[in-house]
Amino acid sequence: MAARLNRHLLVVLPHPDDETFGCAGTILLHSRDHIPVTYLCGTKGEMGRNMGKPVFANRETLGKIREKELRDACRVLGIEDLRFLGLRDKTIEFEDPEVIADKIEEVLREIRPFRVLTHYPGQAVHPDHDALGEATIRAIRRLPAEERPEVYAHAITKNREEVLGPPDVVVDIREVVEGKIAAIRAHRSQSEQMFEGLGENAASDPKFRERWGNEVFWRYRF
Amino acid sequence: MEPIVKEKVQSILERFVHQEAYLHLETTNGAYAAHHRGGLNAGAYIRNGRIHVERAIIAGNGPYRVGLKISQGWVYAEGLTDWEVDQKGRLLLAGHDQEGHLAVAMELSRHPFE
Repeated sequence: MAARLNRHLLVVLPHPDDETFGCAGTILLHSRDHIPVTYLCGTKGEMGRNMGKPVFANRETLGKIREKELRDACRVLGIEDLRFLGLRDKTIEFEDPEVIADKIEEVLREIRPFRVLTHYPGQAVHPDHDALGEATIRAIRRLPAEERPEVYAHAITKNREEVLGPPDVVVDIREVVEGKIAAIRAHRSQSEQMFEGLGENAASDPKFRERWGNEVFWRYRF
Repeated sequence: MEPIVKEKVQSILERFVHQEAYLHLETTNGAYAAHHRGGLNAGAYIRNGRIHVERAIIAGNGPYRVGLKISQGWVYAEGLTDWEVDQKGRLLLAGHDQEGHLAVAMELSRHPFE
C-alpha cells in the first residue's frame, strides 16, 4: 500500500535567488492555487560576487543580507515554509552526498510532496547546483518507485537541449510575471544592476517579457 | 566599505603584527565566467587560516597590494580597493571591479570567522 503524496511542492536549490531566477513563476502558480510550498535552501549564498550596486555588502555581511532578501522574496512567492540546509556556498560538491541526501530524505518523508523542483545534475553550470540536484535525486531514489514525487529539473547549460532533448515542461508565467519581477527585486544585492535602465514598468518591457515569459523544466526519469 | 586610505589601513595592519590572526583570503572571477564569457573560472579561498604575522605592509597607489610576511612564508593580495573595520574589530579589505563585483578579499581577525 503506497503512501499517498500530498498536494505540496518541495523546492531544493542551493542559493538564495535560485528559486526566483529559475522558478519564481512556477512557484507562484502553485502558491496561487493554495498548494503549500516548502523551500529547502542549501546555503546563504555567502560567497557571491554581487555586493549590490553601489556596493552595500561585504564578504562578512553578505550571507545575512541574502537571507533577509530571500525571506522577502518568499513572501512575494507565497513560500510559507523556508528551511536552510546549513551548507556553505561553493562547498556542496565536497560534502558527503549521502549525508545531504539524508537531510533531504527526512523532509521528503515528512511532507510527501507530489512534485520537487531542483537542478538537473550535470546540466546546471554551478557546481553547487549540480551537487545539490544530485543529492536530491539520490534522496528521491531511496523512496519506493510508487512513492516518488515527480521531478521538475531545472537545466541551464547552453547545450541542455542537445543533451536532454526539448524541455518536458514549459510553464507559461506571463500571468504572474509581475510577481517574478517583484521577487527578483527582493534579491536586491544580486539583481539591482539587471534593472538599470528599466523603470518600475519592467514587466511591460517586451524584452523583459520575452526573457521572463516562461520557465522550462525537464522531468528527471529514474 | 569605503575606498582605501593607505595610511589608515597601514595603521590597522600594524595591530596584527607579532600576533596570531585568522585569515580569510579569496580571489574569484565568478562561477559563471566560463558560462557567460567563455573564459576560465578561476578562484581560490581559504577561510580561518591561522597565521603568525611578522610584517604587514600595504603598497601601491590604488588599487592596492597587501603583503603579510608570516612565520613560515607569505600571504599576498592585489587589486584591493575598499576597506572597513567592522564591529568585531576585523579588518576587511576587498577589491571590486567596475561592476561592483568582488574580485578579491583579504580579511584579518583575532577570532575565527563564522
